[in-house]
Amino acid sequence: MKKMITMMIVGVLAISMLAGCGKEKGSVTTDGSTSMEKVIGALGEAFQNDTGISFTYNPTGSGSGIKAVQEGRCDIGLSSRDLKAEEKEAGLSGTVLAYDGIAIIINPENPVSDLSLETIAKIYTGEITNWSEVGGNDAEIVLIGREAGSGTRDGFESITDTEDACKYRQELTSTGDVITTVSQNPGAIGYASVASVKDSVKAVTVDGVAATEENIKNGSYVVQRPFVLVTKTDTPLSDAALKFFTYITSADANEIISAAGVVPAN
Amino acid sequence: MKKREYSPYEENAKAFHDELLESEIEAVNLARKKASKREWAKYTEKIIHIIFLLLGLITVGCVLLITVYLVISGIPAIREIGLVDFLFGKEWASTAFEPKYGILPFILTSIYGTAGAIVIGVPVGFLTAVYLSKLASKKVKSVMQSAVSLLAGIPSVVYGLVGMLVLVPGIRKIFDVPDGASLFAAIIVLAIMILPSIIKMTITALDAVPREYEDASLALGATPIETYFKVSVPAAKSGIAASVVLGVGRAIGEAMAVMMVAGNVPNMPDSLFQSVRFLTTAVSSEMAYSSGLQRQALFSIALVLFLFIMLINATLNFFLKREKE
Repeated sequence: MKKMITMMIVGVLAISMLAGCGKEKGSVTTDGSTSMEKVIGALGEAFQNDTGISFTYNPTGSGSGIKAVQEGRCDIGLSSRDLKAEEKEAGLSGTVLAYDGIAIIINPENPVSDLSLETIAKIYTGEITNWSEVGGNDAEIVLIGREAGSGTRDGFESITDTEDACKYRQELTSTGDVITTVSQNPGAIGYASVASVKDSVKAVTVDGVAATEENIKNGSYVVQRPFVLVTKTDTPLSDAALKFFTYITSADANEIISAAGVVPAN
Repeated sequence: MKKREYSPYEENAKAFHDELLESEIEAVNLARKKASKREWAKYTEKIIHIIFLLLGLITVGCVLLITVYLVISGIPAIREIGLVDFLFGKEWASTAFEPKYGILPFILTSIYGTAGAIVIGVPVGFLTAVYLSKLASKKVKSVMQSAVSLLAGIPSVVYGLVGMLVLVPGIRKIFDVPDGASLFAAIIVLAIMILPSIIKMTITALDAVPREYEDASLALGATPIETYFKVSVPAAKSGIAASVVLGVGRAIGEAMAVMMVAGNVPNMPDSLFQSVRFLTTAVSSEMAYSSGLQRQALFSIALVLFLFIMLINATLNFFLKREKE
């Protein structure tokens, strides 16, 4: 008896998890970059609310997303890097949705104001460990980063080509924590998406270029990567998918894109 | 049919009989009513019993659900990685090209961190409790006890925030290290967080020591301090041990505050001033963006943590039972 009741409770709870499934009015499936989770999730939610068309996103990574479009397993692929030439030749085309600009931030007390991309990579891989080596005070460099799996970390490491090689002193779980920690420690260096940088920290110029929205858009600020929507060149999108594509590339979606911390491209 | 004439005597008897019948019926009705009322009461009793049982079962159900869920989602990753590689692997790189899932650094960090918190927190908490229970005046006792209760009510994120903004920069300056976020910072924060549970439980245990014990000791010529430490404390030792175990439980399960001060890099805890990751923070810091085997491995870590907590609970029950006896 007691066992049965317990089983029933478990059953009811399990069934209630299934509630909310079901499709109507067609659907859009997207697949790809985990870094785009925040922006595509926000856009998908708004789209679903406005049109009633259901939206799904499968966070698998840029490579698998591109492959999924190619094999017709999803409507739109999501890639956080530009398409390679051979991918374009294979019948895919990319549309840039937004640019993910990453600011390199240091403590305002730190006299350093410019670093080259190469220097940043050397700092993060532990080749340069003292600020005096890059024209600052004699103080050990404290590397602040994000947790494994974070889109910002993934972006930073892929741009600076330091994947799995960064010698972090702290791995924090939010942009806010990174900014607070850097603002507390004169020897710290960190990275955060450009949109969320505050006055309590100093964003350095990279190769002499400041991390502004304009510089990110025209490509002169190098610590950035595009968020690309990948579609097949010769196969037209389904009605629902086309609606979604137009929705998120229209100027109306820019507010949502900016709110997700990236720079809208359109 | 012709109506039969009744004699007056008969008439009387009939009336009497009718009356008797009526009262009998009434009595039967009343009895029936009473019986139905009793029946009703029985039913309500039963219904209430069932409601209470159901409410109780919800709690049991939650525990069962969590346990079953943890075991089901925690086992596959352990099976894929291998129990030995998982528990004793020294490297954790869950998103690397060749991922490594060794949680020994987390286990050791959790053990060291908790042990450190106990080493600092228990003497402070224990002596505070002795003072409050035996030596302090009523006024001091009430003020300090409400302060302790307040300490227990502060949310862990606040401990974390204060630790991050005051303690971490403080450690950096005092010990002249490049960064203060470290095992040491986590130990300090945990030690403060476990104080309330240790103090409260120890006070309860000390207050429960019969007054006669102390009177006897004092009458034999022992000083008050001798009495408290040689009579009261030994008499309350199971309760005090339980308070320590409770502190251990609180320290090992804490995530938020620790995440904000420990630095969260999966290093082996070789030095006090190293950035480390605890079992709890290993789960919470990577859960948000995890997928695939990484996510399953996080569940496995949660399972390991769960087993630790079960062990601690069992120890606590052991001490509490002994105290009762």
